[in-house]
Amino acid sequence: MREEMKTDNRIPVLEAEDLGIDFGGLTAVNNLSLKIYDNEIVGLIGPNGAGKTTVFNLLTKVYEPTRGTIKLCGQDIGKMTTVEVNKAGIARTFQNIRLFMNLSVLDNVITGMHNTVVYGLTDSLFRTKKFRESEKLAEEKAREILRIFELEDKADVPAGSLPYGEQRRLEIARALATEPKLLLLDEPAAGMNPQETEELMKTIRFIKEHFGIAILLIEHDMKLVMGICERITVLNYGAMLASGTPAEIQANPQVIKAYLGE
Amino acid sequence: MGNLFKKMFSRENRGRTASYLIIIIAYIVLEIMRLSGNMTNLLSSLLVPVCCYITAAIALNLNVGFSGELNLGQGGFMGVGAFTAVVVSGSLAGVIPNPVIRLILAMIAGAVLAGAVGWLIGIPVLKLQGDYLAIVTLAFGQIIKSLITNLYVGLDKNGMHFSFVDNHLNLAEGGKVLISGPMGATGTERIATFTAGAVLILIALTIVYNLIRSRHGRAIMAARDNRIAAESVGIHIANTKMLAVVISAALAGAAGALFGLNNASLAASKFDFNLSILILVYVVLGGLGNLNGTIIATTVLVLLPELLRSLQDYRMLIYAVILIVIMLVSNNEKMKTGLERLRRKTGKGADSHA
Ligand SMILES: Nc1ncnc2c1ncn2[C@@H]1O[C@H](COP(=O)(O)OP(=O)(O)O)[C@@H](O)[C@H]1O
Ligand SMILES: [Mg+2]
Repeated sequence: MREEMKTDNRIPVLEAEDLGIDFGGLTAVNNLSLKIYDNEIVGLIGPNGAGKTTVFNLLTKVYEPTRGTIKLCGQDIGKMTTVEVNKAGIARTFQNIRLFMNLSVLDNVITGMHNTVVYGLTDSLFRTKKFRESEKLAEEKAREILRIFELEDKADVPAGSLPYGEQRRLEIARALATEPKLLLLDEPAAGMNPQETEELMKTIRFIKEHFGIAILLIEHDMKLVMGICERITVLNYGAMLASGTPAEIQANPQVIKAYLGE
Repeated sequence: MGNLFKKMFSRENRGRTASYLIIIIAYIVLEIMRLSGNMTNLLSSLLVPVCCYITAAIALNLNVGFSGELNLGQGGFMGVGAFTAVVVSGSLAGVIPNPVIRLILAMIAGAVLAGAVGWLIGIPVLKLQGDYLAIVTLAFGQIIKSLITNLYVGLDKNGMHFSFVDNHLNLAEGGKVLISGPMGATGTERIATFTAGAVLILIALTIVYNLIRSRHGRAIMAARDNRIAAESVGIHIANTKMLAVVISAALAGAAGALFGLNNASLAASKFDFNLSILILVYVVLGGLGNLNGTIIATTVLVLLPELLRSLQDYRMLIYAVILIVIMLVSNNEKMKTGLERLRRKTGKGADSHA
């Protein structure tokens, strides 16, 4: 409750209200309200099929919401396309990794700067000064991001040849390159061993501190979720089951029932 | 100087440097042979067409290799360029006697018109997902061939005359027919040169290499590799794919223009589905995303049937067998890994991962 008091008069980075989507007869997400503030890590958890990934697809407009509003820093983004949502400031990773597999690791990150390091077609075709300066800047920035994820040695290899854990990290790196206000991570630790997960937790915390952005995180690894999230929202059958601090969530009998009842 | 050399052969520029060297060296050698009279008529008559096919194939690789979109109408785009150039060159003959300037203007016109047609085709198609571009470009190729087959264009002192009906041009005294329906272009002044062909290839290479190693090219390849992920980082898929379609069509138009001005007479049936498929075969055999492969495959596959001409009836049979052998060899896993190892050692062909 102390949390609520502190955050009340700030404009949330993300404010979703009464969000919902039906697939034919199936209501995948219903009546979901979410508020995420600046520099905050929020967890989104729930059993398989609860609708977590669907929430990400709604927020990024991969799916058209059937109901509800989405605001980013007070701006209504409900009518935007996926591309516009990213330009407005939401970046994401995918549960089933989606990298540009034939591009190099470095180029994957630089591709993330499509709208942050910008120059025109004539600059590209005629290799103008603006082109050269922008490319240099993009490469420097990209290498800096790769360093955070300890991928700088792999800069020149194709993304498709990276081992699984590194592919997951590269996806986060690419998302960060778009300079988002809100970062959505869909099961970033999936397939990682405990040691890699530990490293990832440190990296996510570092990202929050270093870039000062808000993070919404889907994860099954409870140690990770409880370890780094300031607040947690629990989904079950598409609806919000509970919301609160990690301690509150762990003590919530309904949550325990939903998880054990599986 | 040493710096430039280092840059030319750096990992990311090797493929490009090799392309330029292949074209420039081949041009010099062939031009010396031609000027010193050491070239058969057959070979010298093939110089300009080979340049046209190479350009169209490089352009098509931008669609198929880098953008991941099948374009089955490259022959049609060449056709648009060819007949545009015939009309432009024919109508400017009196105003601009200099053939070089007229050739350049005609090629630019062919490129612009073909690019515009590519853009029109792209508008409805690229919003959709799936292989719609293949279907629509296929239809476009057929339609444009039929259109030109029924097109009559003439020029007299009153200006240009267009008609889709035989003998309805109503040309004044001394007028000249430029395009005559099924007979196509007739009496075209042959102003195309091998030098123009080589320059055109170099321009096409520069455009494609510059494009793919830029934010625009990365967007094109990203949209190919993963559409949803590309959108998630703010890449507009339709616009991005449109860029590849328009540039490819424009280059094919310029190539067609050169081709059109290399023949005194030329029928629209030259630019049929077979031509589109042939160019696609050059690209696929040369390797998707591999421009050096495209150049070599096109050269070999254009020259081969001509050089086999003395074998008469067996010509196409042998051509087919060679094609099949190349396909088997280039798709053989052992050959592939062997070639890959060789590539890594010599550092060539790194452009597919550009
Ligand atoms: N495009 C879709 N069409 C139909 N049903 C879908 C679609 N996407 C998700 N669903 C359904 O929505 C529910 C929630 O899925 P999802 O969000 O992937 O769950 P989670 O990520 O929590 O495991 C599932 O029942 C799933 O089958
Ligand atoms: Mg999921």
